[in-house]
Amino acid sequence: MTKQTDVVAAPAPADVVAAVHKQLGERVTVDDGGALVVGPSNLIDVVRALRDDHGLDYLANLTAVDWLDRFEVVYHLCSSAGGAPIVLKTTTDRANPRVPSLFGIYPGADFQEREVYDMFGIRFAGHPNLKRILMWEGFAGWPLRKDWREAYFEQEHKPLTSRWPDGQFFFGEDKLTDWGSNTKLPPAYTGAEIGRPKPQEGQYVVDIDALRRGTSFGSDRLVVNMGPQHPSTHGVFQMRLVLDGETVVDLEPVMGYMHRNHEKIGERNLWLGNMPFTDRLDYIAQLGSEWGYALCVERMMGLEVPERAEYIRVIMAELNRIQSHFWSIGFLLNDLGAFFTPSLYAIEEREIVLDLFEMATGSRLMCNYMRFGGVAYDLPDAFMPLVNVLVNERMERAIDEIDAYLTNNEIVMERMKGVGVLTPELAIAYSTSGPVLRGSGVAYDVRRADPYGIYDRFDWNVVTANEGDVYARYAVRIGEMRESLKILRQALPQMPAGEILGGKKAWQVRVPAGEHYARVENPRGELGYYCVSDGKANPYRYHVRSPCFVNLTSLAEMCKGYKVADVVAILGSIDIVLGEVDR
Amino acid sequence: MADDPTPVLAPSPASAPTRFVTPTIDPDVLESWTSYVQRFENDEAFIQGQIEQSVMVTTFDRLIKMVDGVYNWGRRSSIWPLQFGLACCAIEMISTAASRFDIDRFGAGLFRPSPRQADLMIVSGTVTKKMVPQIVRLWNQMPEPRYCLSMGACATGGGPFKEGYNVVSGIDQFIPVDIYVPGCPPTPQALLHGLIALQRKIDGQSIKNVSWYGRDPLPEVPVPVLGPDLVDLRQLPDIQARAAELGALSPEELAAMQAGAGGAAAGTEGGISAVMAERLAIWRERVASKG
Repeated sequence: MTKQTDVVAAPAPADVVAAVHKQLGERVTVDDGGALVVGPSNLIDVVRALRDDHGLDYLANLTAVDWLDRFEVVYHLCSSAGGAPIVLKTTTDRANPRVPSLFGIYPGADFQEREVYDMFGIRFAGHPNLKRILMWEGFAGWPLRKDWREAYFEQEHKPLTSRWPDGQFFFGEDKLTDWGSNTKLPPAYTGAEIGRPKPQEGQYVVDIDALRRGTSFGSDRLVVNMGPQHPSTHGVFQMRLVLDGETVVDLEPVMGYMHRNHEKIGERNLWLGNMPFTDRLDYIAQLGSEWGYALCVERMMGLEVPERAEYIRVIMAELNRIQSHFWSIGFLLNDLGAFFTPSLYAIEEREIVLDLFEMATGSRLMCNYMRFGGVAYDLPDAFMPLVNVLVNERMERAIDEIDAYLTNNEIVMERMKGVGVLTPELAIAYSTSGPVLRGSGVAYDVRRADPYGIYDRFDWNVVTANEGDVYARYAVRIGEMRESLKILRQALPQMPAGEILGGKKAWQVRVPAGEHYARVENPRGELGYYCVSDGKANPYRYHVRSPCFVNLTSLAEMCKGYKVADVVAILGSIDIVLGEVDR
Repeated sequence: MADDPTPVLAPSPASAPTRFVTPTIDPDVLESWTSYVQRFENDEAFIQGQIEQSVMVTTFDRLIKMVDGVYNWGRRSSIWPLQFGLACCAIEMISTAASRFDIDRFGAGLFRPSPRQADLMIVSGTVTKKMVPQIVRLWNQMPEPRYCLSMGACATGGGPFKEGYNVVSGIDQFIPVDIYVPGCPPTPQALLHGLIALQRKIDGQSIKNVSWYGRDPLPEVPVPVLGPDLVDLRQLPDIQARAAELGALSPEELAAMQAGAGGAAAGTEGGISAVMAERLAIWRERVASKG
């Protein structure tokens, strides 16, 4: 049922920018970096023209930058046929930040706009549900504004100033945070509202009369909270379900229970200091996350990566992809009710891969292996024989085993086929990526659409399936594991000797002023890093475009009309990792 | 005085006539015997020693020890953890539960999704402010005896994310922690080591003095509230006192609030605790310096 297709190359971004500039004339300008700049009043028209006339049907990334005198909202648009993204910017003043919402053009902007509102306080006019998404309603402050500081840390940058300013040692938390903890209450806070009922803003407002109308058996509709402590939500994730009997009428994902301030911390860290933090984004596919960040900074610095390092990266990333897909298939079956036995079989090979990671990098999970311009250590001697056995013998058998037990299993097919259907048009509109997008029949893989590394040297296919249901996503994952194995079998014998790190080792890198959006194909989809440098030792802006977070935008659309038990399966097929959803 | 080891009476031969014979007593033996009896009248320390050695007391202690042994063996060999994953550490926790490391060897393999059925809460990952009310609520729902294992750097002290605005620097600010397992994330072996340490800790407990057989129910941890930032209800009286300092509350309002729910929820005894008074002083200084 899966088919393997190739992607046609799309026009270069510079050509598109020129054509847009020609068509829209005065309304858009082009800045030094080749980005289109448009005023907020013209934004909707320009974006609609870009989508309809220039084929930019996929909103890859949406974020904002605080320039202290203005906010800049940045959009990265690209075509689902492939090609590098086009940068579109609009600015708004800081006193009353307001930008029109793109929700009507790209529904995939939904959560990303809410995130920008949450972090910067920029209001998106026309957004149907503009409320905080990662923090809770009522939290004081807009955390990613440059003039907002946390309780424990009031400096703008690392490296820290001396902890011995007067020959005296102190810890950050002793430096006085008012209440001896990492909290920052407003000065005259009285706690008067505690114990009173919460305001309805930000809650799911239930209109009982409206709920009673139009139910099938005259039954009441129910609002059910699933999570954040629930065995099948893959972490601390909450869903508010509106149910008519067993049928899902509406669904709202609630997240932020693991929001650990990745971007704020990342903007204070040195450039290299962010590398170990990227491991903790998608902790099942660590090395792919590292690669994306390394790629972004390398492109900004203009670094060349030595041949051997490129091969090591491909091998590590593809091993990572296989073990991650094993994990997600095992836990999809967990969600279907086959508790833990399929997972045990599926993660058997994963332990061997983790052993290889430990051998090469020193850690099972948090590898911290990539560096700007290469990798940190060369592979140990014992690595190659083991990885050869794994790739050429064991892995194939393990995939076959899973395939044989599950793919044609009657119960599995009954539970997965025709459930959670997402059409290709909607999949693109919702900016989904990875197996969710390819399971809907769109052959969009960043490794092919916007190539990076040395993937163009290998013979491999983009796996797609047309049904768009849970089963299709499962089938895509099985197919992708086989394709990854194919890449590994080509890469391992070709592995050259030589350097593993271009240039000299340095604790601190100098990144020239500028900005870049780099993306890699992680097992869960398009993982993008948007970095802005002002030439200093820290990133001025550091944004992670998380595939799980954006894929969740389509969850409500996929679940409506199905049963509660299917919701669990659909969520399992998106395969979220909360570290990346909440960052 | 049957305990006296020295033979006092000379044995009478089997063939002796049945008439009463006055026994002959060695004067030295009589002397030692008399002094032995006199010690019971005069020497209190000696009496105490004799009582402590007495059969009744030692038997009761040994009985408790025997019950403790069986009871603790049963508890430590079937610790049911809460199926509750927070972050990266949860992945290693699942690996520990899987076939290679097999936590079931230690009797802790049955992960329960409901806190009502769980004995051990493994706090596996970063504790965020948005999540901490739910964690505390889960902890309050767990029945005694219950244990908490803080897995990894984040749960122990905030870890690499400690500075973050949404991160709580360690779950032990809210929940009593029994075992800390270091690492980021701890390997499965480290988690198993933590579990074994917990089992040793359970072995050392005795039903005579464990907290959960007391007369009254154990106090619950007050669930923190999400306001403008995380509000720890135990600090509420101090927070309100500070607001009164700033003039946001009149003294009457403050008194009413302290007497109401806020005062009852707080564990502090009247007025401001010493730590908070110190912090308040520094804070006042800071406000004064800012003008």
